[in-house]
Amino acid sequence: MALERHSAGVTLAQSWQVQRRVIWALILREILTRYGRHNIGFVWLFLEPMLFTLGVTALWTATKSIHGSNLPIVAFAITGYSSVLLWRNMPSRCVGAIAPNLGLLYHRNVRPLDIYASRLVLEAAGAGMSFVFLVLFFHFIGLLDLPEDLLQVAAGWLMLAWFGVGLALLLGALSEFYETVEKLWHPASYLLFPLSGAAFLVDALPSEAQRYVLMLPMVHGVEYLREGYFGSAMIAHYDIGYMAAWNTLLTLLGLAQTRRVSMTVVPE
Amino acid sequence: MIRLAGVNKTYPTGSGPVRVLRDVDLTVTAGERVGILGRNGAGKSTLIRLISGAELPSSGLIERDMSVSWPLAFGGAFQGSLTGLDNLRFICRIYGVDPADKIPFVADFSELGIYLREPVKTYSSGMRARLAFAISMIIEFDCFLIDEIIAVGDARFHEKCNHELFVKRGDRAMIIVSHNAAYIREHCSRAAVLVGGELHSAPSLDEAFAFYDQQTALAA
Repeated sequence: MALERHSAGVTLAQSWQVQRRVIWALILREILTRYGRHNIGFVWLFLEPMLFTLGVTALWTATKSIHGSNLPIVAFAITGYSSVLLWRNMPSRCVGAIAPNLGLLYHRNVRPLDIYASRLVLEAAGAGMSFVFLVLFFHFIGLLDLPEDLLQVAAGWLMLAWFGVGLALLLGALSEFYETVEKLWHPASYLLFPLSGAAFLVDALPSEAQRYVLMLPMVHGVEYLREGYFGSAMIAHYDIGYMAAWNTLLTLLGLAQTRRVSMTVVPE
Repeated sequence: MIRLAGVNKTYPTGSGPVRVLRDVDLTVTAGERVGILGRNGAGKSTLIRLISGAELPSSGLIERDMSVSWPLAFGGAFQGSLTGLDNLRFICRIYGVDPADKIPFVADFSELGIYLREPVKTYSSGMRARLAFAISMIIEFDCFLIDEIIAVGDARFHEKCNHELFVKRGDRAMIIVSHNAAYIREHCSRAAVLVGGELHSAPSLDEAFAFYDQQTALAA
């Protein structure tokens, strides 16, 4: 068993302070490397997901997408696609995230978990800002009502973000050991999109299909979020306990695998 | 004090696990300057990374109760698309130091001038080395880990580095790994020799060099 001992009396509070400092430094560095200082810089952080969501909204509106309800398409697309951004982009940003940052691991206080955390915070912030700005924008031009239950929308969004974090940690860490993770994640995320509940309401499906689709944890989050948004206008199907169990499991497995990465990673 | 006891490091390879360090014991007290001699592939860089805490041992104990630097004189974990200044700020943030106080020193010492505001990927290798060394000097540690720093820059810059490190910080502990016996002799008060992953401590510098020469001759 390998032991690391710092007898200088490092308290938990001090470690947390170091951790926060390192994650913040990594976030600023990531913003600079990804978006640069030129033109609109970090605005891309939320503009990029906004453009995605806007594009999907436009497509679904144009094709009068059959989603099995009489909810307004704009509202339907924004609530749906904003949730997809969370569970799809978070893992994509964490898969293979260690290699370009190997040099940083020369600094003892920079651990693989910090690299993941900084990327996850950025993704969540980008997707969150994009969601809020789009809702406000469409509300002001009169195409969208504000949510019926703001708290439930926030809770649903947080459940989806937590799911994204757990999945991202697990896939990110596993990708350090198995190259196939990266190869498989692309088709998997693509195929999961139509099943994720973003593009349909569970209630509109035949009951046999409902049973299967509700095995996917993110469907519960989207349904819960949409119930908060539209309230009485729809019948939602979800079990938040089921989703929380998934989230917990993914997070624990993800943290365990990230620890395994920390134990074995070799700085550049 | 830094103490290593029974430290082992094994790497998995395509042809099975390879043990790079075997039962390494080492103690370095405050202000002491210890040289670690070893030929290429002896495990010097692995040892220095383990001491720094950047990498964890497969088994064994590593204790630090003084602040220990990162392994200095690695080419610099620089992000090429960022400027020298951004890279400097990043290091300052990680270690909780205000960059504003450090910029004049780095600008002056690295002699980079206006290039400090240019992306590091446009630098020559000499410019990178100067920036890396200057940045290494802005965070103060009780113990500096030095990995083949001899490779840095031309003779004049080399002299400047020696002054900054060995004169201005003469009171700090240092662990220097090198294959160059003369460099160790110049800067260290004690030396150990790393052969095939085993660390052989010697009672005196001369005995360490004799042992190192003998091992080098054996291998030749």
